[in-house]
Amino acid sequence: MLGTECLPLDSAVDPVPTGSVDDPTVVLATISSDAHSWNLVVLQLLLEEAGHTVCNLGPCTPPADLIAACLDYTPALIVLSSVNGHGLLELPEVVRTLRRQPRLGGGILVAGGKLTTSGGLSATEIGSLRADGVDRVFTDGDTLASFSRFLRGVPVGGGQAAR
Amino acid sequence: MGPIAREERRWQTRMGFSDPSEMEAGLRAVSMSSVPTLGTITLDSFTRTNQHDLARQAVREGRRLNGYPLVALGAERTRELVDRVSGDGFPVQVRHGSARPYDIFEVMVAAGLTATEGGPVSYCLPYGRVPLRVSFAEWERSVRMLVAAVPGGGVHLESFGGCMLGQLCPPDLLIALTVLEGIFFRSLGARDVSLSYAQQTDDLQDREALRALRALAGEYLGDIDWHVVVYTYMGLFPTTPSGAMHLLADSAILTADAGCERMIVKTAAEAHRIPTVRENVEALQLADRAARVVGNVRSPVVDEGIYERALTLVTKTLEGGASPAEAMLRAFRSGRLDVPYCLHPDNANRCRSGVDDRGRLVWFDTGSMPIPAARGSRPTLTSSSLLDMLSFVRRRFDGQAAEAGGLTGVGQAPGEPSTGRMARGVSDAS
Repeated sequence: MLGTECLPLDSAVDPVPTGSVDDPTVVLATISSDAHSWNLVVLQLLLEEAGHTVCNLGPCTPPADLIAACLDYTPALIVLSSVNGHGLLELPEVVRTLRRQPRLGGGILVAGGKLTTSGGLSATEIGSLRADGVDRVFTDGDTLASFSRFLRGVPVGGGQAAR
Repeated sequence: MGPIAREERRWQTRMGFSDPSEMEAGLRAVSMSSVPTLGTITLDSFTRTNQHDLARQAVREGRRLNGYPLVALGAERTRELVDRVSGDGFPVQVRHGSARPYDIFEVMVAAGLTATEGGPVSYCLPYGRVPLRVSFAEWERSVRMLVAAVPGGGVHLESFGGCMLGQLCPPDLLIALTVLEGIFFRSLGARDVSLSYAQQTDDLQDREALRALRALAGEYLGDIDWHVVVYTYMGLFPTTPSGAMHLLADSAILTADAGCERMIVKTAAEAHRIPTVRENVEALQLADRAARVVGNVRSPVVDEGIYERALTLVTKTLEGGASPAEAMLRAFRSGRLDVPYCLHPDNANRCRSGVDDRGRLVWFDTGSMPIPAARGSRPTLTSSSLLDMLSFVRRRFDGQAAEAGGLTGVGQAPGEPSTGRMARGVSDAS
């Protein structure tokens, strides 16, 4: 696997019941210029509490690593979280590339965080991300509670490792 | 370009605009703020991650970046704007977050800039996937180049080790990391360095930490120029203007009382967006005023062993290798140094830390580090418990702001222990 190093959140010290990260149902990542990681740490825990097994690609995710992980695991859910204000600059390209992959599988793709330097997104900008292939955009105004509600509608399990 | 900290305490902003005329205007506004200060050029995220083509493309398309694209804009353009605003009393520091800073340092020097910050550990582990060994190799190459290019010891290097992920790291490890990076810089010929410490959850703990840091700096860097820079709280910031201002004021008072020479401010906007120039200048003025008005507070001195633990981490690390770089690499590989909640593949991530019921940062588990954990029960980590710890300071200051609204003394958010951190009398200062 090309650099698909998943980063388990210290399950040996604080056991949270999860499946093996060999067969994750969620791929969690950010854009290549975003060095923040608290959002990824919190989201991983939230996803695991909802019953998912998470492949967390960590801060400054190289697009090639994200694509390779998605093709390897065909996860039920891809979560792209970014808070450095460059989301709108980087997401369109990486999302379009993901959507062009015929072997991506039927996973849901969501993106959220602080995606512009001013924090907010216009309706046009949200529409543009949707057109690129993001199924749901969680903007600066959305809370983790709204993301948790959304997660209730996402099937746990169903990701299959590519043969 | 004068030295960063001499004679008087300086307050500093972060600031980076991708439009050079905005960058120049911002620097000028700070230089005219009538507060002892210096200029900052904060670089954008594309530049930090060596994606200079993406930075160039954004500049061509007129799209706003989250900082100044130094390499894309180049030395000449940068030198022009810096020459127009800088002078002997107004040094300019380049702030970035790059694990591989050679390109940045090269352009910086060509632009006449000689002060910067970071470090092979502090700008690698928190921020991405560059292997630690690669970061050390490039930082070594970059610092040597910088030292050679600026004659007479004029280079200034600040270690970001006192911040790391910005939250939830107990002070003993932060102190050890920033001292170790200072030792690293010194071993490569740097003669003027600064060590950092980010304000944390408890004022008395922070005061003990700064005493420990200054003691260790004196012991390990006594033959070169050094000073300490405090960062206003780097975690989730209060969302109310009043809460934000009180936290900022507290950090200024802490800096002054602890005898530290420089502080990097946060603004009232911090929780919401990148601050405007005006918000930054107001933050400088508030910090300066708070330190002047309230300074010299006699707080109780607490000794909970921070110095001893930091010293153990430093000595045990240095024992492990012939050079500071090799020693630190071995320490991280074996987990003798281990940054909590840090996802980097070269970090052991076997330790666990958090905020205890007194509001202090403690170790629940020290993994393979040669220091003891705190006694007591270890809470399970959940998304809620983590968010509670991450938002601890924000909630306390926003809660106090809602209740106190004036000079009537220390307010408390419901259920939170009082730590005596609330600033007194700042809002009435003239």
